[in-house]
Amino acid sequence: MLTVEAFLQIDLPALTAAGLGAVACALIGSLLLLRRQAMIGDALSHVVLPGIVVAFLITGTLAPAAMLGGALGAALIAVVMIAAVRRFGGIEPGAAMAVVFTSLFAFGVVLLEQWVGPRVHLDTQHALFGALETTFWPEPTTVASLLRAEIWATVPVQIPVLAVLLALTVTVLLLFYKEIKVAIFDPDFAASIGIPPTAFDLGVATLAALVACACFQALGSILVIAMFVCPAAAARMVTDHFDRQLWWSALFALASAWLGYLAAAWLPLAFGFEHALSAAGGIAVVAGLIEALAILLAPRYGVLRRYWWPGKRGRPQCHQFEARRNRRDCAPDTSP
Amino acid sequence: MPALFPADSPSLWQALATILTFHGGYNTAVVLIGASAIGVAAGVVGVFVLLRKRALVGDAIAHATLPGVGIGFLVAYGLGLDEGRHLPTLLAGAALTGLAGALAIQWIVSHTRLPEDAAIGSVLSVFFGVGTVLFSALQGLSAGNRAGLEAFLLGQTAALGRADAELIVGAGLVVVVLALLFFKEFGLVCFDPAFAGSLGWPVGRLDLMIMALLLATVVVGLRTVGAVLVFALLIIPAVAARFWTERLGTMVLLAALFGGFSGYLGAALSAAAPRLPAGALIVMVAAGLFLISFTLAPRRGVLAQLWYRARARRTLGRPGEGTIGGGAAGGGATPTDGGRPGGGAPPPPPAGRKAATPC
Repeated sequence: MLTVEAFLQIDLPALTAAGLGAVACALIGSLLLLRRQAMIGDALSHVVLPGIVVAFLITGTLAPAAMLGGALGAALIAVVMIAAVRRFGGIEPGAAMAVVFTSLFAFGVVLLEQWVGPRVHLDTQHALFGALETTFWPEPTTVASLLRAEIWATVPVQIPVLAVLLALTVTVLLLFYKEIKVAIFDPDFAASIGIPPTAFDLGVATLAALVACACFQALGSILVIAMFVCPAAAARMVTDHFDRQLWWSALFALASAWLGYLAAAWLPLAFGFEHALSAAGGIAVVAGLIEALAILLAPRYGVLRRYWWPGKRGRPQCHQFEARRNRRDCAPDTSP
Repeated sequence: MPALFPADSPSLWQALATILTFHGGYNTAVVLIGASAIGVAAGVVGVFVLLRKRALVGDAIAHATLPGVGIGFLVAYGLGLDEGRHLPTLLAGAALTGLAGALAIQWIVSHTRLPEDAAIGSVLSVFFGVGTVLFSALQGLSAGNRAGLEAFLLGQTAALGRADAELIVGAGLVVVVLALLFFKEFGLVCFDPAFAGSLGWPVGRLDLMIMALLLATVVVGLRTVGAVLVFALLIIPAVAARFWTERLGTMVLLAALFGGFSGYLGAALSAAAPRLPAGALIVMVAAGLFLISFTLAPRRGVLAQLWYRARARRTLGRPGEGTIGGGAAGGGATPTDGGRPGGGAPPPPPAGRKAATPC
């Protein structure tokens, strides 16, 4: 039944949490994507699980501060371990990452099932799929009640945490906009003016770990990856400008979060089924659809534009830093 | 902190010992054999996947099998096979969507400007999302059947029947035999694809075959290890084996041993503590083997490298003191014979600069 009260109590907090988390993930995801480190997001969102579980075992609470601290610690340990496996074993980065994050994830699952699961409501299903549906806000009953100030003190705890992290992400992006841009597009020059690429990557990874941890409740550890990668990739298809990349990815993330949630929550009911679908899964699917549309229809780099309607000007020139990889797909680069 | 397993520990260790020696009953023995078989197959295939630098593609393929399990369930349910829990149908569905995931990655990389890691991440998360939606839809069908499907997420060995184990052992055997038959070809494709191409070998098709073996292993391993972690069973034994040897044959043998042992011990632990997901236990055993290799392996292990460095520093003088001391920490990097008066062990491989090996 779609009533105003049900919407305010169940759907509104879930939509808010999903939207905030998705936008934060997408902004960080754009940085990761442009640094060719999208899979770091994958690794970190797995590693968050053992961090949270260990933090819970130590502190005995699921308070946001403890969870964020645990996630951060786990992320740092993982980054160090990945670097160590790469250096000592001479293993390629992808494999080193895979070994570390799958091991830590398995460790987290065993800890969770054995010690944490029986005591608090946090099980493997939560860890994988999130629990967006359970962000329940019992206070508001009418639209007018949202205007009362005291009601906002009772919002589910994930929402302020996500809001703070989104604000932190945006602040960092605004404060260091120039530096981030340089570090992404010209790491050598950035290093020469005092922004070492390793330190930059570590900073982005730290932010990613924080955001992944905060979104863990909302999206689940694996579907956070969808928000890290898909909106950023879709935006990458649409634009060449860094600032527009950020705007587009935020827009795509917000659209996938809201459309995905609403589709998962309301479509089955509209068709007469009893159960709603998994909201996190719905969000990931919509994010994938948006990315597929962007890949096909993007005005300049879309597959349709490039292969089937090359137009009068022929195939577009590739950007300089992409010319090598996409050599087959573009007109010969005539510039010196 | 409570004990690892709910049972009081003496009887637990006895139970584990009984299970490990194949005295834990017929069903448990079947499960152990199945899990060991999948471990061996995964170890062998994992070596080639690792050396071909396809580690993360394997991750995406493993996650992409999840929607196939849901589709297979629907098909089997519609056909009235075992109330939807007909393993061959489920695995066929998993193979189909896994293949679709692999092709999607290939297509995105070759047809768009997106880098490979973005393609892998997108396919992994979107396919997994589709699987999640399907599973939550199946929840409405029948509550009882869902328990069978959740085993595909993190693995469950307890319900493995004799027919399932036979399927796993048979498929694992085929995978291992194929990998050994094409040992020379796969090895060359991994180490020097350009040379393999110049010999007239179909590099693309051999590559495809490695991916097919990977897909087969992942699909067969789904039931025991689960979609989320089956890929770890492929890659961790291979990486662990990499620490011990520079030779491909030895590496394959070691990875098969590590994988088989992980499956064997992990499944036994899971039989002793059925509440814990089998996949996580198997991967934990593999991770333990990896940790041992990482620290203790000769030449490449952390301890060995620290020892080489300390020796180099001792024999070549401290940085800044001697004439050649400054650069000595690299261990054998200094071009002088006086640096190694003791002879004996050769210098360690310079970390991260192995030109001859592809990984």
